[in-house]
Amino acid sequence: MAVHAQALAGGFTDPVFQSQTIFKTLMDGMARPGTISSTELQAGQPEPLGNAAGAIALTLCDHDTPVWLSNGLAKSAMPEWIGFHTGAPITREKAQSSFAFIEAGTAPSSFGLFAAGTQEYPDRSTTLILEVAALGDGEQLSLTGPGILATKTVAVAGLPDMFGRLWDDNRALFPRGVDVILTAGAQFLCLPRTTRIAG
Amino acid sequence: MSADLATYNFAYLDEQTKRMIRRAILKAIAIPGYQVPFASREMPMPYGWGTGGVQVTAAIIGPDDVLKVIDQGADDTTNAVSIRAFFQKVASVAVTTHTKDATIIQTRHRIPEQKLTEGQVLVYQVPIPEPLRFLEPRETETRKMHALEEYGLMHVKLYEDIAHNGRISKTYAYPVKVDGRYVMDPSPTPKFDNPKMHMSDALQLFGAGREKRIYAVPPHTEVVSLDFEDHPFEIQTFEQDCALCGAHGVYLDEVVLDDQGGRMFVCSDTDHCEDRRDHGHVGEMLAPNKEAAE
Repeated sequence: MAVHAQALAGGFTDPVFQSQTIFKTLMDGMARPGTISSTELQAGQPEPLGNAAGAIALTLCDHDTPVWLSNGLAKSAMPEWIGFHTGAPITREKAQSSFAFIEAGTAPSSFGLFAAGTQEYPDRSTTLILEVAALGDGEQLSLTGPGILATKTVAVAGLPDMFGRLWDDNRALFPRGVDVILTAGAQFLCLPRTTRIAG
Repeated sequence: MSADLATYNFAYLDEQTKRMIRRAILKAIAIPGYQVPFASREMPMPYGWGTGGVQVTAAIIGPDDVLKVIDQGADDTTNAVSIRAFFQKVASVAVTTHTKDATIIQTRHRIPEQKLTEGQVLVYQVPIPEPLRFLEPRETETRKMHALEEYGLMHVKLYEDIAHNGRISKTYAYPVKVDGRYVMDPSPTPKFDNPKMHMSDALQLFGAGREKRIYAVPPHTEVVSLDFEDHPFEIQTFEQDCALCGAHGVYLDEVVLDDQGGRMFVCSDTDHCEDRRDHGHVGEMLAPNKEAAE
């Protein structure tokens, strides 16, 4: 079987410090939902994965974290790329995935099949990395919840139509539920399960 | 020459361990007050010396961070000094004793008097993360209680306190409810510090090494100390001012001076006390006479 040359390309040039930088930004983003962050680091990820999503994969995935990929990504060099650079196994079972990467324009019809954790162990849930058209531009979302002083307004373009309803369903499961990181090219923002979204 | 010698990986932990801890921290932030199990590593210091806090700090710290470590509010006690030296050695990071200059503050049992700000992370060293542990020793049962939000037992405990002592006698590790859902142990900080956790501008992370748990309180999150309508939560108050800096309304340590009953009360937060003295505040024991204290 031919290995895509793309699978071997990219990766962090300085993994220890670059993954620390990405993680710190992610942690701050998760602690302050709706904050748009961006990374200049090049992850060298294959199309159609965005740069921020690639950097997040290199930062958080390893052999302990099964990864689920949407169709477009599964057909790309992504499974081999993520396998080569992080050692993470690819799974077709959403419920077994620690991380799920979804390319722009493919809307998940439900979050229900992803792991939501159990009532005793709600941390055993999938983190979705969902690529959208743009952050800081487009539909206005009004966010409230832990990490947000009063209300935070953020604009997101290309969010799946039913995202609002899916998110409400997800919020209703609390403390169970998935966490979402929206990515657009080099930008990303975090939506932990505690965040409430008003359209 | 020394560059050729083997050195520690940055911040001591290997990258796989850091990723595991980092994933736990992200889930902890997403579920405020919930204890995320993690594969705590053996550290080059014994359990009880803050191995949980050290692992959390090691997973988040970067070369540009400025670290402050306090032990019961003090920068200069054994635990604080040794952990600060540890990170200077394994991560070559800048360290400080000034609360306002630090980006990461690792703490054992105090929250600094100075209000923390948005760019700061407070890392707590936690001995027993489970607030229900002394009421129910079985982890399977306490898990279930958290799952079902069944905190009646804790209220019974607080009620029995009132029945026996006329008031809630717990003065440290006073249980709080985070974002209206999880009851959480704030680690053995005096209850004096509980109000500082509420709607804090800083991110608060908790690491328990021996018990293998990480939990978190995001910024701007409700942290409410448990109480009853007729016995509302109250913090300690001190009649004295700090003997060195004259501070009022801060947490004081009692220091025994001799065997004749002599004692003094001083700020537990050494940086706060030094800063006040640098700004000309003088307490009773440093003042040439009482009037000068004003």
